[in-house]
Amino acid sequence: MLAWTIYISFIGAAAMTLLPGSRPQMARVTALLAALGGLAIALLGILQHTPGGEISTITKLDWIPTLGITLHFAADGISLVLVLLTGIAAVCGILFSWNIEDRAKEFFAFYLALIGGVYGVFLSFDLFLLFVFYEIAIIPKYFLIAIWGSTNREYGAMKLALYSFIGSAMVLVGLIATYVVAGAHTFDLLELAKFPFPKTFQHWAFPLVFVGFAILAGLWPFHTWAPTGHVAAPTAASMLLAGVVMKLGAYGALRVAMTLFPLGLDAWRNVIAALAVIGIIYGALVALVQKDFKFVIGYSSVSHMGFVLLGMMTLSQIGLSGAVLQMFSHGIIAGLLFAVVGRMVYERAHTRELAALEGMHLSKVMPFAAVTFVIACVASMGLPGFSGFVAELQVIVGAWKTFPALAIVAGIGIVIGAAYTLRALMKSFFGDATGISSTSYDFKNENADALEHIPAITFPEKLGATILIVTTFVIGIYPQLLLNLIMPSFNSPLMQPLWKGGQP
Amino acid sequence: MNFNYAEIVKLILPETIVVITALAALLFDLAMMRGKTVHQRSSRLAALAGLGSVLAILCIWLTPSYGNLLNGMLVVDPLTQFVKQILLGLTIFTGIISIQTKFTPHVGEYFALLLLATVGMMFLVSSENLLMIFVALELISLSLYVMVAFKKESIQSAEAALKYFLFGGMSAAFTLFGLSLIYGLSGEIKLSAIAATIVGQGPDPLFLLALVMTLIGFGFKIAAAPFHLWAPDAYQGAPTPTASFIAAGSKVASFFILAKIVWIGFNGAGGSGAWHGFGSGWIPILATMATLSMVLGNLAAISQTSVKRLLAYSAIAHGGYALIAVITNHREAVSSLLYYVVTYAITVLGAFAVVTVVEHNTKGDKLSDFAGLSRRSPVLAGCMMIFMLSLAGIPPLAGFFGKFYVFADALRYGAKDLGLLWLVILAIGTSAISLYYYLQVLKQIYVAPSVDGGLKIDTAFPVQAAIVVLAGAVLLLGCLPNLLVGKLLAVLQRTGM
Amino acid sequence: MSGPFLISLLTFTPLLGGLVLLTLKREEQKLARIFAIIFSLIPAIGVLALWSKFSNGEAGLQFSERHPWIPSLGIEYFVGIDGLGLLMMLLTTIVVPFALFSTSKEIANPKIHFALYLFLQTGLYGTFTALNFFHWFIFWELSLVPAFFLIKLWGGPERTRAAYQFFVYTLLGSVAMLLAFLAIFSATGVFDFIQLADAARSGALAAAVENKLTLGSFSAEQILFILFLGVLLGFAVKVPLFPFHTWLPATYAEAPSSVSMTLTGVMSKMGVYGFLRILLPIFPEQMRAALTPLLWLAVATIVFSAYAAYAQKDLKRIIAYSSINHLGYCLLGLFAVMKSTEGDLLSEKAAALNGVILQMFNHGITASALFCFVGILEKRSGGIRGLNDFGGLRKVAPVFCGLMGISIFSSLGLPGLNGFVGEFLIFKGVFSLASWAAAISTLGLLITAIFLLTILQKVFSGPVNQKWAGLSDLTKTERLTVAPAIALMFLFGIFPQFLIGIINPTVVAMLQRLNF
Repeated sequence: MLAWTIYISFIGAAAMTLLPGSRPQMARVTALLAALGGLAIALLGILQHTPGGEISTITKLDWIPTLGITLHFAADGISLVLVLLTGIAAVCGILFSWNIEDRAKEFFAFYLALIGGVYGVFLSFDLFLLFVFYEIAIIPKYFLIAIWGSTNREYGAMKLALYSFIGSAMVLVGLIATYVVAGAHTFDLLELAKFPFPKTFQHWAFPLVFVGFAILAGLWPFHTWAPTGHVAAPTAASMLLAGVVMKLGAYGALRVAMTLFPLGLDAWRNVIAALAVIGIIYGALVALVQKDFKFVIGYSSVSHMGFVLLGMMTLSQIGLSGAVLQMFSHGIIAGLLFAVVGRMVYERAHTRELAALEGMHLSKVMPFAAVTFVIACVASMGLPGFSGFVAELQVIVGAWKTFPALAIVAGIGIVIGAAYTLRALMKSFFGDATGISSTSYDFKNENADALEHIPAITFPEKLGATILIVTTFVIGIYPQLLLNLIMPSFNSPLMQPLWKGGQP
Repeated sequence: MNFNYAEIVKLILPETIVVITALAALLFDLAMMRGKTVHQRSSRLAALAGLGSVLAILCIWLTPSYGNLLNGMLVVDPLTQFVKQILLGLTIFTGIISIQTKFTPHVGEYFALLLLATVGMMFLVSSENLLMIFVALELISLSLYVMVAFKKESIQSAEAALKYFLFGGMSAAFTLFGLSLIYGLSGEIKLSAIAATIVGQGPDPLFLLALVMTLIGFGFKIAAAPFHLWAPDAYQGAPTPTASFIAAGSKVASFFILAKIVWIGFNGAGGSGAWHGFGSGWIPILATMATLSMVLGNLAAISQTSVKRLLAYSAIAHGGYALIAVITNHREAVSSLLYYVVTYAITVLGAFAVVTVVEHNTKGDKLSDFAGLSRRSPVLAGCMMIFMLSLAGIPPLAGFFGKFYVFADALRYGAKDLGLLWLVILAIGTSAISLYYYLQVLKQIYVAPSVDGGLKIDTAFPVQAAIVVLAGAVLLLGCLPNLLVGKLLAVLQRTGM
Repeated sequence: MSGPFLISLLTFTPLLGGLVLLTLKREEQKLARIFAIIFSLIPAIGVLALWSKFSNGEAGLQFSERHPWIPSLGIEYFVGIDGLGLLMMLLTTIVVPFALFSTSKEIANPKIHFALYLFLQTGLYGTFTALNFFHWFIFWELSLVPAFFLIKLWGGPERTRAAYQFFVYTLLGSVAMLLAFLAIFSATGVFDFIQLADAARSGALAAAVENKLTLGSFSAEQILFILFLGVLLGFAVKVPLFPFHTWLPATYAEAPSSVSMTLTGVMSKMGVYGFLRILLPIFPEQMRAALTPLLWLAVATIVFSAYAAYAQKDLKRIIAYSSINHLGYCLLGLFAVMKSTEGDLLSEKAAALNGVILQMFNHGITASALFCFVGILEKRSGGIRGLNDFGGLRKVAPVFCGLMGISIFSSLGLPGLNGFVGEFLIFKGVFSLASWAAAISTLGLLITAIFLLTILQKVFSGPVNQKWAGLSDLTKTERLTVAPAIALMFLFGIFPQFLIGIINPTVVAMLQRLNF
């Protein structure tokens, strides 16, 4: 059933090519229907997922028997959470690209292909299959950015594509080696995980595969694609990039590298945890001095993904569930931030320079965008009541047990995070350039009506923003919804080596 | 030695059909198509060539007859027959692509040579005898030299042909020298017999010389670095259909025979290419060539502006990947080698077909001539995307599985303890670089604004259909690689390997 | 209106009210102020109900509600109040409507302003009732956001900087506290304040830290002390304790007066409340270990802020520093109580602790009244509020000066007014517990008296500044606004036992728990 999320996305992409090019509306509606279909199936799949169940197989067919490759789709709580995230992000991304007129059907075809690939990665339990979907997701990203992007788009797109591809090349080497070393004539994750790989092998295979995946998760110092890519991408693509694609990397690192090579993990976890924390601090500090609004958000993604990686390295149930929750949460929140910056602000104000925005009094011109951004910022800062808080809380609790010093540094990262978010918020929407006195504050100030002709926020934008806000809020208040899915999946045999700190 | 001629005739019936078709093409063009336009002539002759090829394929398919005649001069087994079918298929598509261009008025001669080259390839693959191999190679080469030079009004074509001819001649000399040394050392011209005599002999400097000479000769043939220098010029200068045939058909046949020579003929003289345990033999030589090809090919391709040249360098790089399958030196690797070269041939043929069409419309093969293709012809653009991404090794396209299969086999069977890992890492690493230049092509097609005011591209229907079929095949073989792999394994089993 | 949901109900009423306000149309914005006042007063009914049902003799938690929330993290929805909580709710219920009443009718964008205010009120109620770290922290942090925007959007010329500073400083403290609590959770798996306090008393907390936490080469005791410092930082910034006070003067000065009223009246009490509810019970040993430096800091807070206030020329800044000064007394009493003493000085400790809580309450009323008066003055003077800009106002606006004078005297601690009782009790206790600290702190009392009287002298007395000769006196509405506050000053000044009756059992129980 859940596998239909993949099929429906690719069917949607294929359907795009049949639509007449002159009717962007048809393309939009078709894309939205496909995305909604995916979301509905994802929700249905979650409902059907037996509570407490570990890994439920969806489909398992022979694909390339010569090499023992199967079409093995399955889901556990972690995949379900990410599938749900993908569904939400996909729908909202389409809502925020409702205004795309130029080559709309191609846009949505690439978009849906990307979504399909992402669903595929989250649901694949055959490593070959997982890798196939992982690579499928690379190419649409390139075109989405290179064709419909802004600022330095071709550079950003190429950088992203090459980084992803180099990462996946590393993964590929690791996968083939794993396959050969196991000698079990199978790529099935569950089977491979049972194989005790030799220690020396794990020591080099783990960093290879982990970093290969984690490049896409924005692991410092391999993160440099992220800010440029996010900035260059069109709104929907940056929503997906930050929201979902970065999760692909983290998911792969968790699902493949960590479960297969516990001994390697044991040897490298301190290094990676340190890199993760450097990423948190570095991303936050760089975000603090950016002049371009979108770069702030771009670097903030690097910082937030650092929490995911840190959580994974804690190897404790709470830290890991925090990491998964942070993936979900960051997906939603980053989507919201990019939606505001890329769609609501940039396409109306035509600039993203914070200095220029400061004089525009955008909060008066577009109050809806201002309110949305305020909520997004509050959520992004990790203030309680929103999903980010619960996630970061769990990550830090986990980190306290294993990397107490890093937990403290991560805390500093949260403070810097608040500082840059607040700075961006104040400069972008609540600029004070003209220094109005205290009592004259007015959302309808006459002086600031230079931007009066700006088109109003449209209904699809409002709808998309509302979906994302409600999601982050609901999860923030009642994270149990997702924890109920995540926690049981930790009992699966796949995850057992992790709890033993890498010992088999 | 007693043999009957009837059996020979039966076994070489497909080759005979193709030869007859070649002669028929000459005659047909001479006798019946006076006053017709070049396009009409080439269409009809392509149909004729296609018909002949199909007949040959049917002949192979319907009357399976196997044998090993004349001391390995003619080895007809399910495997060679299968490869021949594929070669014929490639010829059919090359013929169709040729419809689009008007590079020569001598259409009949062109198609006759195309078919004769095919015959050469067919003989090449079904030979396990040094003499026959050399003769077949020369038949192919001579046909191809002329085909490269066919664009008479173009000075580049002539230059390319001359270069190709000179390098080809030299390679033939090397090959001949190497082969004669081998004959002198072993007294045998049959591959399996050669192997039997050299096994147990210690490292003989003369034999090593023979080995090196032979491999250099084949290095030229498959355009592996550092013997690749002719390839970019030849690909660029030759008429595009010819280039596609060199890249596709000739490559399949050459790799097949190279593998046969080293695996059967030099069996036991392989040495080792494992990271910590190099042993002298043909494997280290081929490993060096593979390494250089992958690195040089991919790096040089980055800075190309001509798509044909870019494809030439990419072909060099792909030669490097295919060599890894040869280096694996294990019977299990036959299927991965064949899968790789066959899907590569299909892909590159498709890519050249698109180049042919674009060249026909924009009068150039520069990257900029492809600008905005996606708006001028979405179908062609989509197919080109499939070809390029397959060459880059993006799943779920055939090129990805081909590489994967080759690398997995190299690690599995190539040497103990992941000995060939260094080569696989290098291959995967360089293929990551390759994405850059393939994306440059796609960037022009999808991202850049269109040239010529966005006029629709003029495509002959059969050509477009052929391109779509090739793209479909790349996609299908990528999604369901077992279609070909399963077939290959079945064939290999019947062959008894 | 009784039953177990009373606390939740009254906590979320203002939130609901805020949301209702947001749905108002632009033309209906005039209604926002009335709506907001109504919504802010509805909880008053609830609080009165709580008060009436509150059994004074009981020391434990009352009206508690407990529901599982996030079982996998051991998080419950757990609220309840004791005497301290009730008093703080009472204070919130008095100050917030008071502040809303005093908000100008002409304020820009009333609906957003008042909605934010109501959100703030919910945050305050939540902070004073929550007993599980998780949702206590939600309220603690979320009250920052509306406060931030109230300052940022409606504040004075330097508001941007002030708001930024306010937010980041407070957040810095909060994150330190968060980290500490997460470490504790990581060791114990408990977020519940009551359970944590029990664990601390029984030594289970120290044992858990010893077993489950490592931090470099620190011993368990040292780790626990570091955690203590983290939590301390969170509260010290909020109160604020010298030297973490630097954000406060700018914030209070730049915030609109009505917002400053709540900032000083209630939000600053969140910090002291945190000390009492969280820091003392969970980290008694660490508190004792750090007692001497803490007492010094409290003394420094008292004396330095008094000096600083004396040096200010801006009325708002003077009151801001005086707020720091007054909260310094709370901290002084609070720290002194932790002192291990030879003899049984329980009654002194009880006096001091009662004084601390009374001081919190009374300072809330007095300081918010003072800001209210400054706001009124500022409105008339068009934003001018320098100490030397006025003069002789007594003649121009006698009612204003009279009422503000009462407030100043209350702040100064004149017997008969509410400010006296708390300070008296604190000093009564502290003198026997930490006499040197008390002695130096009296210096603060003295300077406070001086600068407060300076206000009287420079603003109210002296020759009439002709510029302000036409200054109008309090209007009827304004009189009605401040009247309840003034009345309460007298009421609680004369009958402090109303309040002491509520808190004394809590105080005694707390002391018993601390002196194990």
